[in-house]
Amino acid sequence: MCIAFPGRILTIDQDNFAVIDISGTRREVSLDIVDEPVAVGDYVICHAGYAIQRIDEELAQEKLAFLKELIDHEIY
Amino acid sequence: MKYIDEYRNPELVRGLLDAVSILAAGIGREVSLMEICGTHTHAIGRYGIRRLLPKNLRLISGPGCPVCVTSIADVDRALLLAGLPDVIFATFGDMLRVPGTGGESLQRLRASGADIRIISSAADAVRFALENPAKQVVLMGIGFETTTPTVAAAVLSAKRKGVGNFSVFSVHKTVPQAIRALIEDPELRIDGFICPGHVSVITGVEAYRMIPQAGRAAVITGFEPADVMEGILMILRQILEGRYEVAIQYIRGVKEQGNARAREIMAKVFEPGDAEWRGLGVIPGSGLRFRREYEGFDALDRFVLPQIHSVEFRGCRCGEILRGVMAPAECHLFMKACTPTNPVGPCMVSGEGTCAAYYKYERSGQ
Repeated sequence: MCIAFPGRILTIDQDNFAVIDISGTRREVSLDIVDEPVAVGDYVICHAGYAIQRIDEELAQEKLAFLKELIDHEIY
Repeated sequence: MKYIDEYRNPELVRGLLDAVSILAAGIGREVSLMEICGTHTHAIGRYGIRRLLPKNLRLISGPGCPVCVTSIADVDRALLLAGLPDVIFATFGDMLRVPGTGGESLQRLRASGADIRIISSAADAVRFALENPAKQVVLMGIGFETTTPTVAAAVLSAKRKGVGNFSVFSVHKTVPQAIRALIEDPELRIDGFICPGHVSVITGVEAYRMIPQAGRAAVITGFEPADVMEGILMILRQILEGRYEVAIQYIRGVKEQGNARAREIMAKVFEPGDAEWRGLGVIPGSGLRFRREYEGFDALDRFVLPQIHSVEFRGCRCGEILRGVMAPAECHLFMKACTPTNPVGPCMVSGEGTCAAYYKYERSGQ
């Protein structure tokens, strides 16, 4: 039940609902429980009609690159 | 899709698996890890992770499917509420086929005329209430910390909009109290916990402090194959080094402090109460009941239900499976009397239930 998906914010309306793109599918989610400001273009994790967290893009890319490096250099 | 595809990269998974194998060999003895969350059970089955792992690593599925851990008495109460005249009963889809005492289910009730509607968001239920002022809308409030803030947010919006014909049947539960029970279970000896990614988005690391305190490893893990493999790797490293902490593998989604706003919303509406878990029994403080200011939204307060005597289906071992002391194949009903098309217990009903995941992905491995 705790399934959630990353989606990109396309629009935000005045009722604090956003239209997000999840792999080409558009869904409406409430932004009522996200705990930091989000803007169009941001990625958010969405669960049961609500965005629950903004994805830290920089951190995600950095970590992925680091992991790949470890594996490429057979450190892992 | 960004944030999904790159975590399904086979090279990445293979590299992590190699590292897992090296650490597992280094530990030598048998290591038992529990994935608490049903979404992890599903991912582990779907990507065949169990079969890839070294022989001395055992993955045990835990009680992380909210539908599965809902007690039979609560399922019966949901059925009673849904059957009341002039009630629209709004529920997430996974509840629909869960059998109550005597095999009754929301699905059957709906076939015989009850107005039971599947929602994809708690906000839908508030909308139904606004659109149907002559009816009472009851929302089945089910889920762990991931879902509860969404239900609490819906209650707050109903209050703000003055919606009087909306209430919630809350069977919400909190994960840390269940983990504590599992740590203390003498029949289980878990070396490390694959902690749920999306519950942790809300709770942060604080909720799991008791795991390292009990000398077990804890890693908050994401749901793609590379995430799960790295989560396992991080757990093994803690075990090998004997240095236990709550670590975050799912760093793109989980912040150490969690989502404080979501927790505030949840705490505004609900307070801890005792809850009965299928398989684990009553766990003090593991449920959420309405605070006094919001009692008006409590469906159990609004409607008078008859006293009922709830009875589990005989032979169903969902309780043991949820505690991790039995695997699905050890249940006599599994794949015989109990299949996804004709489920006996909730672990087979819910798409995230342990039995459903094992039936779908791991039958050949049994």
